[in-house]
Amino acid sequence: MQVKTAAFKASARRTLADPVLQGALENVYTGFHLKRIQAAAATDQWQPQRDRARRVKAHTVANLDHYLDMLTRNVEAKGGHVRFAADGQEAARYVVELAKARGVGTVIKSKSMVSEEIGLNHVLEQASIEPIETDLGEYIIQLARETPYHIIAPAIHKTQDQVADLLSAHTGGQRGRTAQELTATARVLLRDAFQRADMGVTGVNFAVAETGSIVLVTNEGNGRMCTSAPRIHVALMGMEKVVPSMADLAMFLRILIRSATGQRISTYVSVINGPRGADDEDGPDEFHLVIVDNNRHRLLADAALREALYCIRCGACMNACPVYRKVGGHSYGWVYPGPIGAVVSPVMSGLEAGKALPFASSLCGACREVCPVGIDIPSMLLHLRSVVVEGGPGGEAPRPASAGAAGGRCEPARPPVGRSVADRLAFAAWRFGMAGRRKFDLGARLAWLVGLPVARGGWAGWLPPPLRGWTASRRFRMPARRSFVARWRAARRGRAV
Amino acid sequence: MTGPTVSLFVTCMVDQLYPEIGVAAANVLERLGLEVDVPTDQTCCGQPAYNSGFRKEARAIAGRFLEVFEGDDDRPIVVPSGSCGAMVRNLYPELFHDDPRMLERARAAGRRVYEFSEFIVDRLGRSDLGGTLAGSAVYHECCHLLRELHVDRQPKTLLRDVRKLEMRPLEKAEVCCGFGGTFAIKFPEISTAIMVEKLRNVAASGADMLIAGDAGCLMHLDGGMRKRGMKVRALHYAQVLDLATRSSAGGRAS
Repeated sequence: MQVKTAAFKASARRTLADPVLQGALENVYTGFHLKRIQAAAATDQWQPQRDRARRVKAHTVANLDHYLDMLTRNVEAKGGHVRFAADGQEAARYVVELAKARGVGTVIKSKSMVSEEIGLNHVLEQASIEPIETDLGEYIIQLARETPYHIIAPAIHKTQDQVADLLSAHTGGQRGRTAQELTATARVLLRDAFQRADMGVTGVNFAVAETGSIVLVTNEGNGRMCTSAPRIHVALMGMEKVVPSMADLAMFLRILIRSATGQRISTYVSVINGPRGADDEDGPDEFHLVIVDNNRHRLLADAALREALYCIRCGACMNACPVYRKVGGHSYGWVYPGPIGAVVSPVMSGLEAGKALPFASSLCGACREVCPVGIDIPSMLLHLRSVVVEGGPGGEAPRPASAGAAGGRCEPARPPVGRSVADRLAFAAWRFGMAGRRKFDLGARLAWLVGLPVARGGWAGWLPPPLRGWTASRRFRMPARRSFVARWRAARRGRAV
Repeated sequence: MTGPTVSLFVTCMVDQLYPEIGVAAANVLERLGLEVDVPTDQTCCGQPAYNSGFRKEARAIAGRFLEVFEGDDDRPIVVPSGSCGAMVRNLYPELFHDDPRMLERARAAGRRVYEFSEFIVDRLGRSDLGGTLAGSAVYHECCHLLRELHVDRQPKTLLRDVRKLEMRPLEKAEVCCGFGGTFAIKFPEISTAIMVEKLRNVAASGADMLIAGDAGCLMHLDGGMRKRGMKVRALHYAQVLDLATRSSAGGRAS
């Protein structure tokens, strides 16, 4: 996917000025965030399950090479093929080459964020293979030629009228505008795709190492169509999606679904065990699992970012985030928006272009509060800010032996990519001023004096940059004539006499 | 007669921009019978630099904070700010994680730090300070107070027990106000959009007062209300408690 992280500020500004998008983003709070709160409150042992989920993820990520090898062996034992792709290009090329080799004309897709990472639809189209998204939200944004706005609700920014227009334009005729009519139209169109596709591409919510199973969580049933109707099934998974056992899976399903939509269970949970066996009535002839790194090893190599790989992609952090709910999903400029996106998108797609993202947070902590695996996103944002300003150390990321390269993969030290002269001067001055009480008082009195002409009743209505943006919408409190400590000293002297 | 001594760290922002919050906090503590010690060398905890990625600068000023407040291991450090309290208690260990000697000093300071309301309710075991203040108010939950220090019951209890003060519910009280320190300066439009939603909810409550526990959030919200001509008074709860108990006890004149 094209990296547009550098345009965060401009894109955020456009979204803030768009009343339709602002209205749609309101739904994220009521439609998802509040439902998650109710679901969590109604679940026995919610906190202990989160703690356990976190421990399982920590263990799995710490032993990722081991569990990926186990997964690979068990998928192959069931007749599946496993390919480890170091980057997005390699993953996309594998799918396209396979499609070409098998004479595939149409690929139906169930929701997969990894396929967004690797730009699979674009690569397929270039090879004259038709990709068709079958998740309704994904289908809508495919018609709109856009990218997902939210990781579990990709078309949340589209109004019903916009959806009606997209479907009408696609079918070349007016198709009705009620939700039922629109769904019925999409159903007819997709039914045709399910019948003629030769390959189904899906994501992977979890991959169970001990059994070699992959698990899909869906609400529309399209996932089952993609994995059973076509003769080839390709599953794309980020390499952190592996869980050790079926017992772990049960727990992860409970917290994932409740955190994502507030449902107790999704309409469908599909556990897929390789291609059609001799006794199976249906299923694909071939099953391929593509395990994708695509710079996840950068997260693995940095101890302060490693827990970003615990993420189970429920979207709860974006629903809870006051910034996401104002700037929307597209402003983040890459596949993953919101708080977790502000960590993983710049690291995976390039910190230089994405250096604004870790700063675009008030650090309110709502993301950490709702994260089902307790990822400390504010700490990681703070860490990334220091990497942007001061640079960061290198590190080592283990790789599975099945990836074809033995041993660890070294990440080089990172140079600072965002040390602006203005910031450096500001913090040099700040450090100087805070290093002694006299300097501190002198600085504040100077600011008081300079501010006198613009201050009314202790508040300034206009200030020059860098505070001009502040005063555009708020008055700014000017330093008092006398500091607290000065008042305290004077009062103490008065009392002592 | 005076009781035990506490050290007061008013924070750089209260010290220079909102000295009246510091005065109010000291008054309330003294009325509770405590001896208040104000280390007059205090400046800042280092949070602005830490939050901006300038860890070297943050370490220098955090180290200075430790020097200024070290001395008596049993003496609580009271801070009328959730954010600065969280910096010392929660973030200093991260800031000094690779320096064992500083880490130990940071942890020792962290154990002594109490947010103002937390100190009164949890450490002193007081909630009804016997005050009276007529008016209606809403309480905004400052993020670091709520989600870093997990302090929400304490200020609400203290406010509940002020006579004639009508506490009204505030829609989305737990949602960030959009301040976020340098975030409000680097991303003023986003910060403002979040603030506008908060102010709309404050206005809808019809309350006369907006009460919170962090001067940064108060400056941001009050600055927004003044720009918009809203007549709601923004107050730190130390000020509310000071005003409420002023008539019934012999407070120190400021």
